[in-house]
Amino acid sequence: MSTRQPGAARGGKLRAPLLFAAMAALIAIEAATTGWNGALVIVNMGLISAILALGVNMQWGYAGLFNTGVVGFIALGGLGPVLVSMKPTPGAFSAGGWGILIAFAIALVTIMAAVWLNRHLTRMKGLAILAVLIAGFFLYRAVFDPAVAAIQAINPASAGYLGGLGLPTLLSWPLGALLAAGAAWVVGKTALGLRSDYLAVATLGIGEIIVAVLKNEEWLDRGVLNVTGIPRPWPVPYEVDLQADPGFLGRAAAFGLDPVTASTISVKLLYGTLFAAVLLVLIWALQLALNSPWGRMMRAIRDNEVAAEAMGKNVTGRHLQIFILGCAVIGLAGAMMISLDGQMTPSSYNPLRYTFLIWVMVIVGGSGNNWGSVLGGMLIWFVWIKAEVWGPQIMHVVTATLADGALKQHLVDSAPHMRLVMMGLILLLVLRFSPRGLLPEK
Amino acid sequence: MDILNALVAILNYVVVPATAYGAQLALGALGVTLIYGILRFSNFAHGDTMAFGTAITILITWALQSAGIGFGPLPTALIALPFGIAATALLVLGTDKIVYSYYRKVRAAPVVLTMVSVGVMFLMNGLTRLLIGVDEIKFADGARFLISAQEFKKATGLAEPLAIRSTQAITVITAAIVVAALFWFLAKTRTGKSMRAFSDNEDLALLSGINPSRVVAMTWIIAAALATIAGTLYGLDKSFKAFNYFQLLLPVFAAAIVGGLGNPLGAIAGGFIIAYSEVAVTYAWKKVAMYLIPGFQPDSLLQLLSTEYKFAVSFTILIIVLLFKPTGLFKGKSV
Repeated sequence: MSTRQPGAARGGKLRAPLLFAAMAALIAIEAATTGWNGALVIVNMGLISAILALGVNMQWGYAGLFNTGVVGFIALGGLGPVLVSMKPTPGAFSAGGWGILIAFAIALVTIMAAVWLNRHLTRMKGLAILAVLIAGFFLYRAVFDPAVAAIQAINPASAGYLGGLGLPTLLSWPLGALLAAGAAWVVGKTALGLRSDYLAVATLGIGEIIVAVLKNEEWLDRGVLNVTGIPRPWPVPYEVDLQADPGFLGRAAAFGLDPVTASTISVKLLYGTLFAAVLLVLIWALQLALNSPWGRMMRAIRDNEVAAEAMGKNVTGRHLQIFILGCAVIGLAGAMMISLDGQMTPSSYNPLRYTFLIWVMVIVGGSGNNWGSVLGGMLIWFVWIKAEVWGPQIMHVVTATLADGALKQHLVDSAPHMRLVMMGLILLLVLRFSPRGLLPEK
Repeated sequence: MDILNALVAILNYVVVPATAYGAQLALGALGVTLIYGILRFSNFAHGDTMAFGTAITILITWALQSAGIGFGPLPTALIALPFGIAATALLVLGTDKIVYSYYRKVRAAPVVLTMVSVGVMFLMNGLTRLLIGVDEIKFADGARFLISAQEFKKATGLAEPLAIRSTQAITVITAAIVVAALFWFLAKTRTGKSMRAFSDNEDLALLSGINPSRVVAMTWIIAAALATIAGTLYGLDKSFKAFNYFQLLLPVFAAAIVGGLGNPLGAIAGGFIIAYSEVAVTYAWKKVAMYLIPGFQPDSLLQLLSTEYKFAVSFTILIIVLLFKPTGLFKGKSV
């Protein structure tokens, strides 16, 4: 792209270890001031953020694809634990399960018929396709609506949805990745290969739609009623079980901890270990991929599409591939997040928090660098959480000289929104003065 | 009689609201398309520019109201609107100076500028929330109806009412005036012509002595005006809520792309296409069907999609256009 070779980042080989050590120090300070419980909450979500940032970095850092629908793929991944690990609602499948499956089959056949007509018809094409689509839609609704009503009628206060398969939660993580990859295929197939901003707008749309579906399709995930009590993944135990376990109590006493603190910290540590393991496996695979001929091809395409195409590379095909893979990683993280929270709350999926914040993480960390994404994910998550506390504190200092009144009250009340301003500033400053991020691509 | 009733029902529940909504979307899409055509990037901060402009307009409206200044039967917000536009224009000119101008100088790729606009979006979003909070605000005052349901029923003797809210009428009239003024400006004035020349071919425009900073500043001012007007009209018609304005980004972008990015006429057509489809698909057609087909008693509401899925409509239209006519219905740019 540019002919000017940027100088090596300051710190050279030690830069990454030093920055990660600084990050660890931040966490340690947090633990020393507010306790390990709070610090570990930040660490666990930071690890998930790091995986999310890795997924976005694959798309942006390796291929220059601008995905603005991250929130949708996270939410879709979160559907994985609901579908896999919840107990099936008794009688729900026999009441409406088949109806819903048949309705989906009708929808699929309709779309395939429309595609076939589009390829094979020459005259009256538009009319024929429209007729097939309309007929298919009404047939679909005729089968789908009664099935949904039947499912939602079952014990609506606590169930009213199909439920899951009752399988171990760990199995749901790959399913979450698969769901997100499927949605990514649909979007990528239509919007890739066109102008770059079209993908941005199309993904913005699919993000909104996925969240809308999860909010409204009660037969699937209870919509805004939320699914709670999603089982924890193996090997994470429940705090109450630990507190009843004499062996655990003995070990806690040996460390000089009271049972409640010991159990909550152990659970969080186990979650953290599990997430860190996933993160390390992903990084290992991604580093291998990035340094393989495939990775070099991806970067060649990113840096000069025309030249890569002239060398016989299938640019659109590779873009589709990396887009789907990136979304799968995002979906995986979405599923992990739901099994950490233990509940699915579709109304909490806010694009500012789940799309654009992830982007800030990638840019700040250093796009194109996997370790940079991890650092950015941890750091920006930390800042985002702390900004909620810092905002009002800063505002109190700023308004200290102001007389008490409506203005001061308004400023203090709206201080939590400061963190949006802060994120915007961070993003703009990094883009302007250090576009390669904290850990630049080599 | 029944056919008349059906027509009135369609007018009342589909045509009138969709026309007002379409006018609002068209104004929003015009701003997006102008920025795309001249500054050559997709501005993700446009929704939040709309929100910011509306927030300022609301604050000034409140100040005017508490000072006892009104606009008779028209909403006070219309007096406040020029001030809102001025404040928003200052804000975007400032952002351009501090943020965007650097990337123009280094000739950054459009996608980098789009990324920068995400940063600006965060800033403006936070700023709007700091200014006015996150709650829903209704600020329409003045006369409520141009034609009220009661009057219409009494005058015509039809069973179906037709109500046109004054905000809907104001929206359409204001939008028509603004669009006419914009097209006059682009077609007839020297600055407008230089903007079009700049959009068509930047290098040629620069060679013929067009001052780029003037063109850029003018574009931002017009975009700010369009955004503020669109946002205020939307807020008058429905209500103001910062997050809803952020969500308007999708239909606004869909309208601009459907019409052909960079093509002002296309943006207007796109706005109305999106608005009419959205309202028609989410409207419950039961009543109309009962009027048109005597003796028909459907069990369902005959609603194609529930209103929560209105974004799916913009998205579907967008995808169809991308599949079959990637440069939009009207010829747009394809940088």
